[in-house]
Amino acid sequence: MHDYAFDIAHLLASSLVLVSFMLIYQDRIYALLNVFALQALLLAFAVAWQAWIQGAHHLYVSAAIALIFKAMIVPWALHRMVQRLGIQREVETVVGVVPTMLVGMGLVALSVLLMLQLTEAAESAIAREDLAFSLSVILLGMLMMVTRRNAVSQVVGFMSLENGLILAATGAQGMPFVVEISVAFSVLIAMIVIGVFLFRIRERFDTVDVEVLDQYRGERQ
Amino acid sequence: MELIQNLVLQGVQMLVVLVLAPGLTGLVRKVKARLTRRQGAPILQPYRDLARLMRKEVVLAENASWLFRVSPYLIFAATWVAAALVPTFAVGLVFSWTADLIAIVALLGSARFFLALAGMDVGTSFGDIGSSREMMIGAIAEPAMLLTVFSVALIAGSTQLSNVVGFMTSGEIGIRVSAGMALVALVIVAIAENARIPVDNPATHLELTMVHEAMVLEYSGRHLAMIELASSLKLLLYVALIGCIFVPWGIAAPGAGFADLVVGLASFLVKLALGGTMLAVFETSIAKMRVFRVPEFLGAALMLGLLGTLLLFVSRSL
Repeated sequence: MHDYAFDIAHLLASSLVLVSFMLIYQDRIYALLNVFALQALLLAFAVAWQAWIQGAHHLYVSAAIALIFKAMIVPWALHRMVQRLGIQREVETVVGVVPTMLVGMGLVALSVLLMLQLTEAAESAIAREDLAFSLSVILLGMLMMVTRRNAVSQVVGFMSLENGLILAATGAQGMPFVVEISVAFSVLIAMIVIGVFLFRIRERFDTVDVEVLDQYRGERQ
Repeated sequence: MELIQNLVLQGVQMLVVLVLAPGLTGLVRKVKARLTRRQGAPILQPYRDLARLMRKEVVLAENASWLFRVSPYLIFAATWVAAALVPTFAVGLVFSWTADLIAIVALLGSARFFLALAGMDVGTSFGDIGSSREMMIGAIAEPAMLLTVFSVALIAGSTQLSNVVGFMTSGEIGIRVSAGMALVALVIVAIAENARIPVDNPATHLELTMVHEAMVLEYSGRHLAMIELASSLKLLLYVALIGCIFVPWGIAAPGAGFADLVVGLASFLVKLALGGTMLAVFETSIAKMRVFRVPEFLGAALMLGLLGTLLLFVSRSL
């Protein structure tokens, strides 16, 4: 009677968008990391569900990568980092939560409209919908990087953006597995580089608030 | 004969909500008291309070206008009609064609309007503070409620509650993430609209935090009784609304026999008891938030409603 394959794919993909909004809403740093882990977990489920309905076995490996690296190792590493940096305070945002939410809503509406129009030729409803939602997750991740001043939450924004990329890659059939692996590893490398950077910023300025970088460059007195 | 029977059913519905409303308030108070290891007043206490208030003399401020005296009855009437429109134990009653979700939102909105006016009528600073805060909450809660209504209406294909209940019981709904979002948004709106913790504390008279109590501070006697009864009815309305949209099982279908009606009534009582207990547990486990954080809390409801509508748009256009 029902197209449960579509319903569950819809449920998982739209929960990813919802969790992106929770990331924007959240203003405590540990809670932010937990919500990020939740998003990665949901991503792993979404990818595994795609693997099941497409019958594509290599996607199970992608799901496992998402589960192990993004839902466990990255949040754990960020937890350690926050502990060692000693920044358990509230996250400073550049603009208020409510305007950011409204902008985020606009971005979701934009990506939905754009993607549904662009992919009209494709016959798979699940792929079309996944593409629309993954573009939303990507844009929301970018929005988060723009609206946060704390470097750690910018890293979380970057990682959640990458979650959107993985969702897009699994929705569109025929993405070579090599590309996925390399994306996953480049994100890990980025994570390490950013971690080193975080400690350098902290060493130099005694804070991870990126606004001081503007002053250092002489853009703001 | 059939018409008389239908009218009687409709009358029973109106009486049921009126009679049960103070009991629900009493139940919530009792459970909250027990959870904080107090004995608490008996569940029937709100009825006694209402009877006492009805007997008492009305004390009016010297500069109170006619609006101040009329408002309690207007607020009570609007809230009672709205509460009676929500299906409780049966759907398809005579007046169910008027039971439109948007009409219910409008009735509650006009009750809020008169309450805020009455709060400012006498010109005390508490009343003004209460009215201004109530309007701040209402300005976000009402759009959030409407967006929730839209997403429910998009799922069920109707804003009429009887049709919505019919669709929800038919099992055609499947797995809908938008329905879950609408549920969470509706719960947040219900908490804010009924002045419960964390938005407002119904038991406080501390001027820094009160919203609803500040507006009705000048009322006494039968006026206060009307207002208290109206706020009990509003709480019952939201519990019944959430119950009939999201857990519609047990409600008697149109033209059901006597046994079905009894089952419907029993299931409604169970839903009320569960809803009241859950509200009390939630209120006990959370702290009151600062007034200026309330827009963020309600903003989440607004966002959920909007996101739910957007998601429905996606899944319908595929």
